[in-house]
Amino acid sequence: MAGHKTIEEIEEEIVEEFSLFDSWDEKYEYIIDLGKKLPDLEDRYKLDENKVKGCQSTVWLTAEYRDGLVYFKADSNSVIVKGLISMLIRALSGHEPDEILGARLGFLERIGMMTHLAQTRSNGLLAMVRQMKNFSLAYKIKKHEYGRDEGKSN
Amino acid sequence: MIKEAPIRENYEIDRIRGEFPILRREVKGKPLIYFDNAATTQKPQQVIDALTGYYTGYNANIHRGIHTLAEEATAAFEHTRDAVQAFIGAASREEIIFTKGTTEGINLVAYTWGRQNIKAGDEIIISAMEHHSNIVPWQVLCEEKGAALKVIPINEKGELLFEEYLKLLGPRTKMVSVVHVSNALGTINPVREIIDAAHKAGAVTLIDGAQSAAHLDINVRDLDCDFFAFSAHKLYGPTGTGVLYGKKELLDSMPVFQGGGEMIKEVSFEKTTYNQLPYKYEAGTPNIADTIAFKAALDFIKQVGKEQIRKHEETLLAYATAQLQEIKGLRIIGEARKKTSLISFVIDKTHPQDLGILLDNRGIAVRTGHHCTQPLMDIFGIPGTTRASFAAYNTRAEIDELAAGLQKAIKLLS
Ligand SMILES: Cc1ncc(COP(=O)(O)O)c(C=O)c1O
Repeated sequence: MAGHKTIEEIEEEIVEEFSLFDSWDEKYEYIIDLGKKLPDLEDRYKLDENKVKGCQSTVWLTAEYRDGLVYFKADSNSVIVKGLISMLIRALSGHEPDEILGARLGFLERIGMMTHLAQTRSNGLLAMVRQMKNFSLAYKIKKHEYGRDEGKSN
Repeated sequence: MIKEAPIRENYEIDRIRGEFPILRREVKGKPLIYFDNAATTQKPQQVIDALTGYYTGYNANIHRGIHTLAEEATAAFEHTRDAVQAFIGAASREEIIFTKGTTEGINLVAYTWGRQNIKAGDEIIISAMEHHSNIVPWQVLCEEKGAALKVIPINEKGELLFEEYLKLLGPRTKMVSVVHVSNALGTINPVREIIDAAHKAGAVTLIDGAQSAAHLDINVRDLDCDFFAFSAHKLYGPTGTGVLYGKKELLDSMPVFQGGGEMIKEVSFEKTTYNQLPYKYEAGTPNIADTIAFKAALDFIKQVGKEQIRKHEETLLAYATAQLQEIKGLRIIGEARKKTSLISFVIDKTHPQDLGILLDNRGIAVRTGHHCTQPLMDIFGIPGTTRASFAAYNTRAEIDELAAGLQKAIKLLS
C-alpha cells in the first residue's frame, strides 16, 4: 500500500532507485522485472473501452474509487510498457483525486525515460498518465455531485 | 565503423559505407546499425551535396525565368527526369511525373483515371499484402462510385495465389493495382504475369514499386504496366519526391489532378487549356531541391551497380535468414521463394515493441508494428512484426549484432 507517502515522496524513491543503475541495460532489466511482477489484469477488464489510445502495444487501464482514494489496475502485452505502468501505479494509486490531478510526475524525466524512449512511445506513456488523470477527475466530479460519502459504500 | 572483408569480390563495402556520413554516428553509445531501410534508406554524401549545392549555387524557381539561375535549376530538375526515364526504361520523358512519393502517385491515378473510368458495379483488384496507400485511395473511389474492391488472397508463406487472382478477373475488372514487393513480407510478386492477365481481361494496371525500385531491375516497358509509382527516399534519395510513371496515351486522356500554375497553357475566366505532359500533372512549384538531388541517388546506384547491390543484399538476406532461424521461438513471417532483402519475424511470448526498444538500446534500428499493412497482419493473426531490412551498406557483422541483440532481449524478456 502506498500508505501515507505522498506522490512526490514516492517519485523521489523511484529516482533514488534508478540512480543506482549505471547503464540502460540495467534500467531495462529492472523495468522488465517490474512488468513481470505486476499482476495480470483479469480478462473481464480487458475491454475495448479500457484500452488506452496512443500506444503501439495494447494497454488496458481501469480504476476504482474506495474511501476517497483512487486505485488503478492495468496491463499490457508489452512487458516494458507494463513495467512503466507499474511505476505509474506505484506513484499514483491509492491517492486522492486532487493529488493525482496535481501530480507533475517529474520522475519520468529524471530517470531519463522521456528522452530515452522514442517519441511515439513516450506519447503512449503520456496517454497513460492522461487516462489516469481522467479517471481521477471523473471521481472528483462524482464526489462533488453525490456528496462525500458516495465512494464509501464499499 | 564496422570493418569486414568484402562479402563478394568487387564489392567495396568499406568504401560504400564511407559514403554515408550518418553511419559514423552512434546511437545510445553504440555504432548505429541501420536496418530500417524499407521505411527509408540513408543518403550518400553526393545526395546531401546535391541538396546544398542547389541551395548554395542556383536556387531558383523553374520553367518560368529566363535568368541564369532559373535556367540552371530547370536544367538540373529536368536532368532528373531523364535519369528516371533511363532508370525505369520508360519510352519517353513525358511519361515521368514527379510527385511527393508513392502515395501521391497512387492517389493521382485513383482521382483522375479512377474518377473518369470507374462506374457503379465495376471492380478493382488489389492484393492481401498491400500497403495502406494502395488500399485507401481505391476504397475511397469505390465508395464514391459504387464499385467493388476485390482482394487477391495469399498462402501461409506470403505468396499471392495466382489461380485465385485469375478467378477474380472478369469483364467488370477495370483496374488491377498490386504491390511489386511487399514491405511487410519481402515477397516479390510476379507482376509481369499479373499485368498480362489483367490486360487480357481488359483492365488497366498499376504497380506499387515503393519497395522494388531500390532492389530490382525495373523496366516498365518489359513489365508493360500502365502505371508505376515509387518514392525517391527508399532508394538513397531525399524525402518528399517520387515518381508516377504512366503510359503516354493514358496520361494524355486523363483529366487533370490539381489545378494551378505550371500545369496550364492558357488561362482565362471562361476557359483554361492545359499544359502538355508531364507538366499537366505538376501543378505549382514542385519540390525542386529534392528532385534535383534525387538524380544524385540514381547516380549512386549506377556507380555501385544495381546488380552488385542486389547480389550483396541477397547474400545478406541468406545470411540473416540462417542466423535468425537459429533463434529459438523465432518465426519468420513471409517465406516466399522470391524475396527482397527484408525479414519480418515474431518471437514467442515477446512483443515486437519490446524487442524494438531493447535493440534500439544497442544502436540497432529496426521497425516494429503493422508496417501500414493491418489487413495483412490480420491474415497472419498477429498485431505486428519486427522487421529488419537491408541495403547496400549493411554488413554481415551487423547481422551478427542483430542476432546477438535478439538473444539478449529474449533472455531479458522471458
Ligand atoms: C509497399 C509500399 N507502398 C507505398 C508506400 C508509401 O510510400 P510513401 O510513404 O513514400 O508515399 C510504402 C512506404 O512505406 C510502401 O512500402
